[in-house]
Amino acid sequence: MTRRRRIILLSAISAIALIVVIVFGALAYLRSQAAMNTPSSVSVIPVTTFTGDRVEFRNTASGADYGKVGSVPLDDPAGVRSVSTQICDRVYSTSKLTMCLTTDAGVVTTWSAVQTGATGTLAQSWSLPGVPSRTRISANSQLVAETSFVTGVSYAAVGFATETIIATAAGKSFGNIEHFTLLVNGEQVTSADRNIWGVTFTDDDRYFYATAASGGSIWLVRGDLDRKTLTSVYENAECPSLSPDGTRVAFKKNTGDFGSPNWKIAVLELATGLETILSEKRSVDDQVEWLDNSTLLYGLPRADVVGDSDVWRMPADGSTAPALFIPHAWSPSVVRP
Amino acid sequence: MYLSLTSHPDDPEGTPKGPKAANGVSSIVISLGIVSMLTDISSESVSAILPLYVTGVIGLSTVAYGFLDGLYQGVSAFVRIGAGWAADLGDQPKWVAFFGYALSAVARMVLLFATSFGALTAVLTADRLGKGIRTAPRDALITDASKPQNLAASFGVHRALDNTGAAIGPLLAFIILLVIPNGFSTVFVVSLAFALVGVAVLGIIVPNRRTTSRTRAAEPRATRRRIRWSELNNPGLKRLLLAAGLFGVLTIGDGFIYLVLQNRSSFAAQFFPLLYVGTNVAFLAFAVPVGRLADRFGRARTFVLGHVFLLAAYLSATLPITGAAITIVCLVLLGGYYAATDGILAVLATQFTTADTRATAIGAAQTVVAVARFISAAGFGILWFAIGREWSMLLVSIAVAIALPIVAVILRSARRYRADV
Repeated sequence: MTRRRRIILLSAISAIALIVVIVFGALAYLRSQAAMNTPSSVSVIPVTTFTGDRVEFRNTASGADYGKVGSVPLDDPAGVRSVSTQICDRVYSTSKLTMCLTTDAGVVTTWSAVQTGATGTLAQSWSLPGVPSRTRISANSQLVAETSFVTGVSYAAVGFATETIIATAAGKSFGNIEHFTLLVNGEQVTSADRNIWGVTFTDDDRYFYATAASGGSIWLVRGDLDRKTLTSVYENAECPSLSPDGTRVAFKKNTGDFGSPNWKIAVLELATGLETILSEKRSVDDQVEWLDNSTLLYGLPRADVVGDSDVWRMPADGSTAPALFIPHAWSPSVVRP
Repeated sequence: MYLSLTSHPDDPEGTPKGPKAANGVSSIVISLGIVSMLTDISSESVSAILPLYVTGVIGLSTVAYGFLDGLYQGVSAFVRIGAGWAADLGDQPKWVAFFGYALSAVARMVLLFATSFGALTAVLTADRLGKGIRTAPRDALITDASKPQNLAASFGVHRALDNTGAAIGPLLAFIILLVIPNGFSTVFVVSLAFALVGVAVLGIIVPNRRTTSRTRAAEPRATRRRIRWSELNNPGLKRLLLAAGLFGVLTIGDGFIYLVLQNRSSFAAQFFPLLYVGTNVAFLAFAVPVGRLADRFGRARTFVLGHVFLLAAYLSATLPITGAAITIVCLVLLGGYYAATDGILAVLATQFTTADTRATAIGAAQTVVAVARFISAAGFGILWFAIGREWSMLLVSIAVAIALPIVAVILRSARRYRADV
């Protein structure tokens, strides 16, 4: 090939690549603009504060209100939803507080955790080291927790992947609880690859449950904020969620392998150690929320639409099949003022 | 140390190879730099948004991803020396490098359709392997196309272009997501386009030129292979590998340094996910001047100096100073460290070999560094939890300070085994 022909060939390949990118990008842009400018695909009412017994969630219905915090009445979950102006990737609310994990999108994209009061006033916020994952508030609104992934380390080093922060609602942080003493069957685990995620609080302002992992093993741990310890109570249980009566923990249990996980929802009776694996056939990667002492809520992404998901409900004893609870929603929290 | 480079009249290395640009760097090197830049825009744009994609779209935890990533790093380390050897054996460094670039490009194509975690890990493995395969033969091509007296500057130009891609990639990806929310498929298509054009530039523009191919064609194959292995038995190369390995085990991952900074300064905490882009920018800014410096001041000296920068970066991260300034200083020092060591290591490796074993020697040096860093990451992780982040950083700093003169002596003793003078 002569030099001239090489340059022509390369120019042709580059031009084709450029045209494909421009056409694809333009179509994607037009589609997303159309989606953002159309009214929400479900009926919504804009509000400033939510009231009544309700479920708050991240609204994933396409349209102008995508990503905003939504709310439906507990007695009419499929009905018209109220939406606020706050945009969250992951959200959890009590009657007094909201924890919102949010993306500060830009040329330099960062993430942050934001705690607001019931009227939307900012109480505290901090930066996250990566993509948000879970957030919880204790039932009496005294403690808040969040888990985020540690990303942005190109070709990530071995040894860390999540950061879990617990703080008081008043603003005192316990920091990354990875530094708490981890005790598994009475022995302290000091290995480097420890990861803690998915906090759920008890109602005494001291204890909590979370997931701890090290060396390919995963434990349900009971945390103690006074002694700064994490003590294993059960194996292979992730993202625990304590029932309102405090007797059971719902969690996701990996029945696949580490590389291709298949998470089943299970419920553990803390007093007896009796585990029930529920019949939900789809793999659930979420921190379950209790609707009441006998019903679980969890999100499942829609296979056909990027970034859309639904909240499903299922009895905690697995007696009946799962049912759709709130369509186009994610990250539910049950609020009873 | 390696200041005087006498160019013998009959030295084939001294003759110009390929058209030279005004600044003395071959157009082949610039072409290879453009290939790397396009490929890095491609790979870094995907890496930056992959955690978002995995958690937000595929709906899976990245904990498993982080674990597997470490594993593949180890695998790709050994591919480096193998690819270098294959490039030397067949005398086809261009096409071995081409295979590596093409493998990563094919991985991008599969990424468009990968929706499960298994498929995603397969794609990432192919990408890593491609990176491992292409590096040593590509660095051998840079060496072949450069004059010995400005070899480090040539590598500097290449690494500057390479890191321009690494700095553009993440920002480009985030701009796309800013303009098109959930526009992951657009990022993947853009990434694929950059990868394919990169492969095309390599395949169409870069020649597979080796200086000795004409003379060697007549030799029987078996003789050539025997010569190769005896050449690699060069005591100078062994000393270099020892020095690189020693420094490698004392090089803690950037991630750990960023975590220390995150704990210190709210500025670092806010921009934590993008601190590595800052390091890339510093690397690209220093690559050319540091390369030129290395050609005059000495490559081995510059390599050691780079680790002085690394030591300074460790110390700046441990200093009890908060605020944005110290974070920026630390990133600048890290960039300086990469500029003074990354390409320079390849230059040093070529000094102990002739053109016949060049890619193997470069691959060997890179394998040693990759394995040493892998060991270091695991070991430092243990230290990190055992004695705390500041103390472990301090301990490693002391170890680096002790290693500096030792490595300087090792490299000084290696200089008499140079094969290229």
